[in-house]
Amino acid sequence: MTAGEVIAFRSAGKVFPDGTEAVRDISFELRAGEFLSIVGPSGCGKSTLLRMASGLGPATSGEVARKVENIGSVFQDATLLPWRTVRQNVELLAELEGAAPTERARLATEAIRLVGLDGFESHHPKALSGGMRMRTSVARALTMKPPLFLLDEPFGALDEITRGTLNEELMRLFVSERFAAIFITHSIAEAVYLSSRVLVLSPRPGRIVAEIEIPFAYPRSPELRFDPEFARLSSEVSHALRETYA
Amino acid sequence: MSRRLARVVLPPLVALGLFVGLAYLVSYVFLSPSRRFLLPPPHDVVAHSFFRGANLHEQLNATWDTAKVSIAGIVIAFVIGATIAIVMSQAKWIERALYPYAVIVQVTPILAIVPLIALWFGYNFTARVVVCVLISIFPIITNTLFGLLRVDPNLHDLFTLHRASRFERLVKLQLPHAIPDIFVGLRIAAGLSVIGAIVGEFFFRQGTPGLGRLLDQYRAFLETDLLMGALFWACFLGIVSFAAVGFVGRRLTRNWYEEGR
Ligand SMILES: Nc1ncnc2c1ncn2[C@@H]1O[C@H](COP(=O)(O)OP(=O)(O)OP(=O)(O)O)[C@@H](O)[C@H]1O
Ligand SMILES: [Mg+2]
Repeated sequence: MTAGEVIAFRSAGKVFPDGTEAVRDISFELRAGEFLSIVGPSGCGKSTLLRMASGLGPATSGEVARKVENIGSVFQDATLLPWRTVRQNVELLAELEGAAPTERARLATEAIRLVGLDGFESHHPKALSGGMRMRTSVARALTMKPPLFLLDEPFGALDEITRGTLNEELMRLFVSERFAAIFITHSIAEAVYLSSRVLVLSPRPGRIVAEIEIPFAYPRSPELRFDPEFARLSSEVSHALRETYA
Repeated sequence: MSRRLARVVLPPLVALGLFVGLAYLVSYVFLSPSRRFLLPPPHDVVAHSFFRGANLHEQLNATWDTAKVSIAGIVIAFVIGATIAIVMSQAKWIERALYPYAVIVQVTPILAIVPLIALWFGYNFTARVVVCVLISIFPIITNTLFGLLRVDPNLHDLFTLHRASRFERLVKLQLPHAIPDIFVGLRIAAGLSVIGAIVGEFFFRQGTPGLGRLLDQYRAFLETDLLMGALFWACFLGIVSFAAVGFVGRRLTRNWYEEGR
């Protein structure tokens, strides 16, 4: 195990009890400060892979070695508790982990500020836009200051503009909080913009068919999207993705 | 707003007018005076039931008695029903073990259990409440269970990741999530409980009289005008219970509940 390593997959595979083989022979390492995106055709086992990483759905072959206990999870839906206000939602994890009320409040205030939701603490999710709900979800995960973030298509349901804004914010958080992230997305541009590395999976059973380093330094600015090198890397990912269907 | 009100209120009023007209027609045209007691003209119903002190008093007391029975019934049905649903939600095998019996309670005709209720609880208030509980508990169990079990699996995962106990999961996730569904069940149960309170009185006739006994008594004396008055109160009670539960439910969830989510 190398220094700074947060999680490592070693020939990890998953076969469900009904015989469905979701992913096969997955190997990669993730270190602190790395942002790993996973792209692949739908149904290829991306969510399954994240559940292997979090331990919610353990590998059935090979090994997933996780060095950290504390994980931040963000799902495609904001998965908020609708009966709780923004602040109460953000406090949930600290509450479940048994933090004292004052500590909880402090962590929540800080996280709410980080995602720019000040002023909306007492709103219920019903009164929030999709983007604000997602911010609340990210804030909730931030309260525990997890060294590892698992994000399963978090911005997939948002419109293009909101998505762009949230990409900037996630980038900013990644730079300031220095967590490691596994990020699942269907958007190649999003993957290349955010990641230090992109994994491309084959159709089910998902195998890694390409691993593409994205060498741009952080923090990255939105203009990067118009850089020729950005276009080249995007087409490389796109190409690998199209190959998988061949 | 007023146009919407008109759209909602006007049609039933028109229908009411037609019904009343039809009642007069039958009462005065089709029924000979000697048989008019079968369907007394509406103004007699109103005058005799609602504008004669003694009758009104009798009917209001009976309504209140029936209300007490049905409220006791719904409260007990809620406590027991929600508890059963919570127990069932804890494991699939418990649900499988108990569900058939909930169905049996639901499908067994009350009439068939009357002798047993009489033996165990006598012929009084308690027996009538038992009828209400039996008749209204099923929708509470099923709707509560539905709400407890229909929680987003991702939220369950989140609670699992943060080592929530079974109790925390229940109290902080499943129960609040089930509140709208619990009220759906309670609304159905409220109507059923009123029916139970009235029906129960046809079997269990001790203690202060409620609407059921009054109805039966008016029938025995062929007092159809008063019978219709008592019927009005029975409907009134049913509608008020239904509306009251709906109101409380909306009150509790209006800040956060999004219909159809
Ligand atoms: N509990 C399960 N039991 C059996 N099969 C499952 C289970 N969970 C997922 N699968 C199957 O495993 C495969 C991979 O599912 P998964 O959700 O990981 O894919 P995905 O890449 O996340 O898809 P999407 O792009 O739609 O989010 C699918 O074919 C799915 O039907
Ligand atoms: Mg998925």
